[in-house]
Amino acid sequence: MSELIKRTATELAGLLASGETTSVELTRACLDRIAAVDGSLNAFLHVNAEEALAVAAEVDELRAAGKGADLHPLAGVPIAVKDLIVTKGQPTTAGSRMLDGWVSPYDATVVTKLRAAKMPILGKTNLDEFAMGSSSEHSAYGPTRNPWDVERIPGGSGGGSAAAVAAFEAPLALGTDTGGSIRQPGAMTGTVGTKPTYGGVSRYGAIAMASSLDQIGPVTRTVEDSALLQEVIGGHDPADSTSLADPLEGLVDAARHGDVSGLRIGVVKELGGEGYQAGVRERFSESLDLLRDAGAEIVEVSCPNFDYALGAYYLIMPSEASSNLAKFDGVRFGNRVLPDGPTTIERVMGATREAGFGDEVKRRIILGTYALSAGYYDEYYGSAQKVRTLVQRDFEAAFKQVDVLISPTTPTTAFPLGEKLDDPLAMYLNDVATIPANLAGVPGLSLPGGLASEDNLPVGIQLLAPAKQDARLYRVGAVLESKLEEKWGGPLLAQAPDVQPVVDSVVDQGSASVVDQGSASDRAETRAETRMEARAMSHTEATEGSRS
Amino acid sequence: MSTLRRGQVAHLARLAHIDMSDEELDRMSGELDVIVDSIKSISEAAGDDVPPTSHPLPLTNVFREDVVGQTLSNEEALSGAPDSADGRFKVPAILDED
Repeated sequence: MSELIKRTATELAGLLASGETTSVELTRACLDRIAAVDGSLNAFLHVNAEEALAVAAEVDELRAAGKGADLHPLAGVPIAVKDLIVTKGQPTTAGSRMLDGWVSPYDATVVTKLRAAKMPILGKTNLDEFAMGSSSEHSAYGPTRNPWDVERIPGGSGGGSAAAVAAFEAPLALGTDTGGSIRQPGAMTGTVGTKPTYGGVSRYGAIAMASSLDQIGPVTRTVEDSALLQEVIGGHDPADSTSLADPLEGLVDAARHGDVSGLRIGVVKELGGEGYQAGVRERFSESLDLLRDAGAEIVEVSCPNFDYALGAYYLIMPSEASSNLAKFDGVRFGNRVLPDGPTTIERVMGATREAGFGDEVKRRIILGTYALSAGYYDEYYGSAQKVRTLVQRDFEAAFKQVDVLISPTTPTTAFPLGEKLDDPLAMYLNDVATIPANLAGVPGLSLPGGLASEDNLPVGIQLLAPAKQDARLYRVGAVLESKLEEKWGGPLLAQAPDVQPVVDSVVDQGSASVVDQGSASDRAETRAETRMEARAMSHTEATEGSRS
Repeated sequence: MSTLRRGQVAHLARLAHIDMSDEELDRMSGELDVIVDSIKSISEAAGDDVPPTSHPLPLTNVFREDVVGQTLSNEEALSGAPDSADGRFKVPAILDED
């Protein structure tokens, strides 16, 4: 394995600028890594080798011709894109059978920006179908596995992006966060994930789940890399009517000049304590100590209405999703299924949506249809919108007392595959700490806070700031990251075990995934060859989270 | 607050244009019942004096100048369609034949 792939995006930008490496060499190293470990992880649904290498070669030529100064600092640094974000020339499936084989005729705005910065796109990453889930197990193409322990979930919905970055398949990735889908996988995999302020990054070309909650954001290994990537993809976009008029600035600067002296940091009483795994609480209070030592004042604040946030979210999100997903009807795009008997369009729609959508998507569409239906609208959707006001007021009151808020990102560490698949409610509880930020539109960042002592799995620390104050997350996050890394003697991912082969695949993996690299058959071979070996070293970890 | 009965789920599935087998309806109504039961407390959270919020950040309508921009070509727009003819989306019969 090339050591190059372990470098941060910031370091890689420096190595490319100084000519110590080339983008082709770096992109090849990432592709090699994908070929080596993705048979276990299933983080990628599509690998875009040819185009990525062509972009890399173009960047190298420009640098060789002395035109490096005109290039974006991240030019030549490869990136992976969550398969909810549309890309020309590559399939976009949203993790759904509905869009199997569909290729978008246009690029998402963030993808246009990546192309303008000449960042090679390595491929599309796996996710829960239409980003609905917290474990990546709801993908129609098999689950993604956690690089720390392949028998566990990598979080979701953006488990593919987080696993790809954690396993050094890509230095950077894009995710989308509707209720925690960037931050929760970040916590599960020991990586950094940021949900920018709502409207800070254009949503144009992100297949919508809940339009008033969805936000595209960076998935990285360091706080500074996250700031760099957010500056690439952020800014006003006329194609997204909810896009903020002014760009969020000073993010990289904030990450490079981390400082918490004199800052007031609020511990949210409602996001912690009972129901949170002991090892998570332990790492969280350690982070508070480090921030206190660095000069911050830690105070407790109460946001009483956060207790209703999960309930409000599970009414607002399905309501918006049921409307947004109505377009998948087998007429304009995606697959069409013809029922037996007369083929009227209504019957075709019913059959198409029955076959095309998975269980979780159907559950949310039905729930949303219910919440919006006559007689229930005021009771459910109306009440949820009022709770949204109360959650915003809680944030406003809290930010009058403190500069940023802090909490564990998730109540537990990564749980075993399959554990919560038959219990939707237990699955939903994963997002209890991340949802309030989406309801209020404020920015949130999760960074690795160490390993829980009972299971040696990553714990995430979440920072929340007022709307448009994304720079604060980076200023505080950079300090906490450097204090923790000082303690660990390096980045947390240096402690991650080698990616293990998968022992017994519980789910049929990627039957429909498209790989233009010829690595699909290699993967199957690798899996078969290593199966026996793997059985011998199969994990026997019995420790689990204190709650579900 | 009512709970979700099987017949109600069948009606909602029809409204949402998703065919469901009997087995699926049984499972779905059980699961949804648990979910609805757990979130119903929110209707008690806010009083009548609390205004609803539909959007995280206050925005007014956004307009642009009415100028022609780049659009998808006819071919591009049809490129992902399951069926098309004469430059249009082709759909099955709108009305029942009988």
